[in-house]
Amino acid sequence: MTLTLEDFPPGHFGTFGPRHVTREEILAFAAEYDPQPMHLDEEAAKHSMLQGLAGSGWHLCSIMMRMMFDGYIDRTAGLGSPGINEMRWFAPLRPEDDLTLDVEVLEARVSRSRPDTGIVTFQCAIRNAAGQRLCEMISPVIIRRRADALTEQVG
Amino acid sequence: MRFFEDIEIGQRRELGSFTFTADLIRAFAVQFDPQPFHLTEEEGRKSLFGGLAASGWHVAAVFMKLMVADDQREARETAARGERVAVGGPSPGFKELRWIKPVLAGDVISYAKQVESLRLSEKRPEWGILQSRNTGTNQRGELAFSFLGTVFVPRRRV
Repeated sequence: MTLTLEDFPPGHFGTFGPRHVTREEILAFAAEYDPQPMHLDEEAAKHSMLQGLAGSGWHLCSIMMRMMFDGYIDRTAGLGSPGINEMRWFAPLRPEDDLTLDVEVLEARVSRSRPDTGIVTFQCAIRNAAGQRLCEMISPVIIRRRADALTEQVG
Repeated sequence: MRFFEDIEIGQRRELGSFTFTADLIRAFAVQFDPQPFHLTEEEGRKSLFGGLAASGWHVAAVFMKLMVADDQREARETAARGERVAVGGPSPGFKELRWIKPVLAGDVISYAKQVESLRLSEKRPEWGILQSRNTGTNQRGELAFSFLGTVFVPRRRV
């Protein structure tokens, strides 16, 4: 069954994962998109503020996107997102981390400009196996309403 | 990357452009964001985007790719002049990221960054904290992508 706006009431939505992240993945993403020494070179990373090899924050975002997709977006009538209100990177992504995604719905409302859709504002956070919070994101997503939602209102 | 002392509010750098081909869009989406409108032209046409559209995270990752390349160019030029090279720190996050226009197959996005604010770190006296407005503009001159990034920048001397 496809999830619609009605399936996202404010509150805890779900917990997803774990997703294992290998050193090879971290190096491959960094080589392509963020080739800074702290993401590529163990020795340089040791002397950086991150104190050891760390995945790019953009890699963590991309992995979070995939965890969201596998967790619920794949079965949601989602139409895309206009942006990210805020992303905070608290702690580095490390090689061989096991990541868990916690999803909260902060707000869900019907769209004024497109009444057959709604806007759900999510708070998504990633933690590692030790329970350390690595990042937190607040982002709206456009989601279709149930097919009969409009007729119900009219009728 | 420049030292804290050499940075001024309003400084702008053009970071270069990138062509989002259908193959590149699909390759990123298959790995990280396999929503149908990022995978096929047909599904893209049926979506709000009106065509095969790059994942927003792909558009953001390419900003980073071009920014790091620009940093490395600047570092080589600095080293060639015999001056000390500034090595940037990590980022605590970003705000106000907007995917304003879809990035469709064939679109060419030109990226830029502009310094918006600058202050000293209270907790880390050897670092400053820079905020920059980072943007991507398509081949029609339309602003397609924008965010306010934050990054640690080294001080020349403490």
